[in-house]
Amino acid sequence: MDVVAWMPFIVLTPLILSAVVALLPGRFAPWGVSVIVAVVITALSFWVLGHVDETPIRYAFGQWPPPIGIEYRVDAANAWVAFIVSAIALLALVWGKASVDQEIPERQSVFYALFLLTLAGLLGITLTGDAFNVFVFLEISSLSTYALIAHGPDRRGLLASFRYLIMGTIGATFVLIGIGFLYMMTGTLNMADLAERLPAVADTNAIRAGFAFIVVGLGLKMALLPLHLWLPNAYAYAPNMVTVFLAGTATKVALYVLLRFIYTVFGFEGSFGMLPLAPLLMTLAIAGMVVGSWVAMFEPNLKRLLAYSSVAQVGYLVLGVSLVSVVGLTATFVHLFNHALMKAALFMALGTVMYQTGSARIEAFYGIGRQMPWTMSAFAVAGLSLIGVPATAGFVSKWYLILASIEAGHPWLVGLILITSFMAVFYVWRVIEAAWFKAPNEQAKPVREAPLCLLVPLWLTVLLNLYFGLDTRLSLGAATRAAQTLLGSF
Amino acid sequence: MSTVLSFFNYWVVVVLMMIGFYVVIARGNMIKKVMGLTLFQTSVFFMFISAGKVAGGATPIVRAGVEVYSNPLPHVLILTAIVVGVATTAVALALAVRINESFGTIEDDTLQDALLEEPSDRPEDTA
Repeated sequence: MDVVAWMPFIVLTPLILSAVVALLPGRFAPWGVSVIVAVVITALSFWVLGHVDETPIRYAFGQWPPPIGIEYRVDAANAWVAFIVSAIALLALVWGKASVDQEIPERQSVFYALFLLTLAGLLGITLTGDAFNVFVFLEISSLSTYALIAHGPDRRGLLASFRYLIMGTIGATFVLIGIGFLYMMTGTLNMADLAERLPAVADTNAIRAGFAFIVVGLGLKMALLPLHLWLPNAYAYAPNMVTVFLAGTATKVALYVLLRFIYTVFGFEGSFGMLPLAPLLMTLAIAGMVVGSWVAMFEPNLKRLLAYSSVAQVGYLVLGVSLVSVVGLTATFVHLFNHALMKAALFMALGTVMYQTGSARIEAFYGIGRQMPWTMSAFAVAGLSLIGVPATAGFVSKWYLILASIEAGHPWLVGLILITSFMAVFYVWRVIEAAWFKAPNEQAKPVREAPLCLLVPLWLTVLLNLYFGLDTRLSLGAATRAAQTLLGSF
Repeated sequence: MSTVLSFFNYWVVVVLMMIGFYVVIARGNMIKKVMGLTLFQTSVFFMFISAGKVAGGATPIVRAGVEVYSNPLPHVLILTAIVVGVATTAVALALAVRINESFGTIEDDTLQDALLEEPSDRPEDTA
């Protein structure tokens, strides 16, 4: 088996089979094929992850040698992101069957086809080594995401989707403008080629403008604080399975692309020398951490609560980038994985309660802890991981973020990370308090524990949170290699 | 003056882009927002195409007696981007139709009022 020949199938399998899934009848076949696709790409990306070393794995499409043709270029950084995306897709699919059956009773083939298209788009962004190809896959994933969000049972999902479409298209067009400037100045679109030719023209306004456009465009896509307005409603009103998947993947892939542009295309010197990027990112990251956590503390809709918490978590991810060190970048890459795991678990737990009660309002959670003990215990454990309690995955990320802050000479950041963690304690506690210490609503019908088909994947994800809090060989090893690859490439 | 004129295409791009962007932000009607978005995207297409022109270059079809050709690659890129733009417009219009079906309006102001009557959740920052 040749790893180079099989690597492109990580993108091609979901892309091609989405067309097949769209034609399948009934409720079981589309889901079954999607799960098979997810298993295949998770296995493939894990296999590729094991094969990346100093030299990237390169595959030229249609035998056209780069820089003329489009190439996929996989190193430790994007192999890791591709693995996270496929694994979260698999978890979301396994958990989501019953939830999707309830929320989208008809025409599920279209829904799963869109899901696979989103997946193909995100993986394509991750693996490609061509700047224009990034834009194309960005739009493939975005367009299918808009349609997925509009599938939500609440009619406000349509408004959330429309708003995301407007903002997402502006973001993607900004990226396109940025790539246009790069192309005008260098005459190439291949990222490795761009990296070679950019230093010669780096000191021009066109390149500075292009860089600014790309940073803002991707900032929109990853919901960095002032550009996060699309995210809370998009997450809150999407079908639960889509929320589980998007919360773990979409913003992270945008962050990865930003890192790829900062470190590989513009190069370390170019990016941090051209604009005051590190202070800018740090300010926005801190603002995101504080504002996101603050709003989450008072949010009555629990899906929106977790969505605002995601805005805060994007802040943590970007904070790691802004510290400009191997440890900081390692913290970012390990948190990519850990945050995907904890948010997937939390949204799964919420979705499981919503499957039984139909509401994400905090009043609907009164007394639910006694009626659905397994689900709410899972929520509590995943909540501990979100807070960053030792022996959970969340602790590992926060620990590395703190180490990086001290190493970079910003010890006050440690205090800030602790404060935002206490804010997380507060908003997770609100849910726990509602579930266990409030009397159930008189009018509300008592509910029973959720079916096993939802509980088993939920607990599997929760246990993964605990496992990767104790055994960090896979997560930390891959994250360290990813950080070293990006920083080593300047 | 000659510099200003030689960048004529790019002036058009900037003006179109700002008009489109302004319409997206300032108009409450969803169809008008989509129109603004399309204008915004189209201006970027102009920018790429303008950059593909080589001074004195002929159309990029290989033939005898021609030495300098314009760059065909931006055209190919923009062909893809146009397809993306059409797809975006289609999805946006489809969403507008669905919103009109379920709310009875596509005006932002009226939508706010409709959402205020919604029983659950905070409506004020939904639309």
